[in-house]
Amino acid sequence: MINYVYQLISPGVLSVKYEDINFKSEVIVKPTYMALCHADQRYYFGQRSIDKLRNKLPMALIHECVGRVLNDSSKKYSYGQRVALIPNVVCTSRNPLLYENYEKGSAFLSSGKDGFMREVVNINPDRVVPFGDDISEKTAAISEFISVGVHACERFDKTAHKIRNTIGIWGDGSLAYVVACILKQTVPDVHITVIGRDDYKLSQFLFVDKTYFSDSIPKNFNVDHAFECAGGEGSYYAIDNIIKYINPQGTAILMGVTENKVPINTRDMLEKGLTLVGSSRSGRKDFEKSIELLKNPKFQNRISRIIYEDLPVSDISDIHRVFRTDLNTCFKTVFKWNL
Amino acid sequence: MIFGAIVAGGVGNRMNLSGLPKQFLPLGNSKKPIIIHTLEKFLLCDRIDYIYIGVHKDWLGYAEELLDKYEIDTKKVFVISGGIDRNLTIMNIIKVIETNHGENPDNIIVTHDAVRPFVTIKMIEENIDAAIECGACDTVVNAIDTIIESSDGKHISSVPERKLMYQGQTPQSFNISKLKNLYFDLNDEEKNVLTDACKIFIFRNHPVKLVKGDTFNIKITTVSDYKIAQAIVGGSKGD
Repeated sequence: MINYVYQLISPGVLSVKYEDINFKSEVIVKPTYMALCHADQRYYFGQRSIDKLRNKLPMALIHECVGRVLNDSSKKYSYGQRVALIPNVVCTSRNPLLYENYEKGSAFLSSGKDGFMREVVNINPDRVVPFGDDISEKTAAISEFISVGVHACERFDKTAHKIRNTIGIWGDGSLAYVVACILKQTVPDVHITVIGRDDYKLSQFLFVDKTYFSDSIPKNFNVDHAFECAGGEGSYYAIDNIIKYINPQGTAILMGVTENKVPINTRDMLEKGLTLVGSSRSGRKDFEKSIELLKNPKFQNRISRIIYEDLPVSDISDIHRVFRTDLNTCFKTVFKWNL
Repeated sequence: MIFGAIVAGGVGNRMNLSGLPKQFLPLGNSKKPIIIHTLEKFLLCDRIDYIYIGVHKDWLGYAEELLDKYEIDTKKVFVISGGIDRNLTIMNIIKVIETNHGENPDNIIVTHDAVRPFVTIKMIEENIDAAIECGACDTVVNAIDTIIESSDGKHISSVPERKLMYQGQTPQSFNISKLKNLYFDLNDEEKNVLTDACKIFIFRNHPVKLVKGDTFNIKITTVSDYKIAQAIVGGSKGD
């Protein structure tokens, strides 16, 4: 069958690749809703290094997507079943001691391989996670994003010591919001503080215990553990702040992606005996946990509040539009895929 | 009910590529026949209850064996003998549909050229919606080149305004009862002239809705078309 693949061939330039795909061997999914990620934006607007752009493009963008099953030769999934798609492509020889998303040889769709901007997605049955009518497709569209937060919380749970009275989240964007939602749901008794810069964004964290502007943190403020969700230029300040305010032997989960290397105050980090954990992407178990969390109406409602639904994408010019729209939305942009 | 009708009546005399009719030529890295690529798109559209393929009577056995080879669900897809032209092939398919499933004033038929494998699910879905809403529809793209009309083949008789011009593709979809009534109301001379089913609707002042096609939804009719199609999907070139 001939599939339409909507590829970015250079920043801001899209073209269709026509691909002969195998109808029988995998699950065929029609994408219904997609969400944009900063990683997609960096490719679309040419903010990656020239060599990265040269090596990775042409490539279809988007790794956050839900859809409906059109065909499954394995008969595991039925026609029309709603599924979330896992962009992580696992290597064939897995080490069970490692998470699938860090394994050498694993690949990621929309980072070197075509992402989900396609007419249909042919995908291994192991890479789809079903969900029911109790979760809206619009909200489920960001289940990959939620799963990244779930994975970070899992890393935290496995790594951090058991004194867990207070947790600080540095950042006030979508990632910080999702991590805060997950922590509130999974460890409701922990005191959560969010440190950010934007008044409006911070005001959306209604359910956390405290919010501070990053330049107005009280001197006696401290947390047992921390999540860095700033990324970009903000990463340096966030990590530096975390090392300053975190209690001895605390664990900091680093989640924000930076284009440039970030200097770290190792003197204080060593003095406090801190653990810094890099956490990125997610695996099947994290997706399944995300879907479980979304079944909770309160959690789903909180998540849905940061989602802006743009108009549907029905032709290539609409793809350009959603990338521009996303520049002006505070949190997550999702859109219906009509191509 | 909604029926797919894949018209594959051609015998391939324009291609000079082996002895095969063009719809059976291999396409893409999978080397699947063009008609199988087309059929798989229709099979992904669950709104279509059954699919009928109209082929030249000499190629019936070949087409049936192709369905077996590619493990196509033969409870959903049937091969029947086509007529001497496109409209008669569609009428033959309608006759078999009504024998097998009975008549129903709401029945819809989505007709499509077997040699247009670049059809999308969206085009098929929009055809179904338009045929339900309007009774008839045609898949079109805006004309890029200026369309020139010449009645003698030597001089221009008119240059229609380009922005009003479109190029017709397929699918073309119809309410079966309406198509039948209009077609059987034509005399033989009209049937010879009205070779396009949409034209029959227009001839009888019945509205035909436009559905947006795609410039790549090409009809593989000539050797050049075939080479272009192979180049588009990255398959090896055939001569």
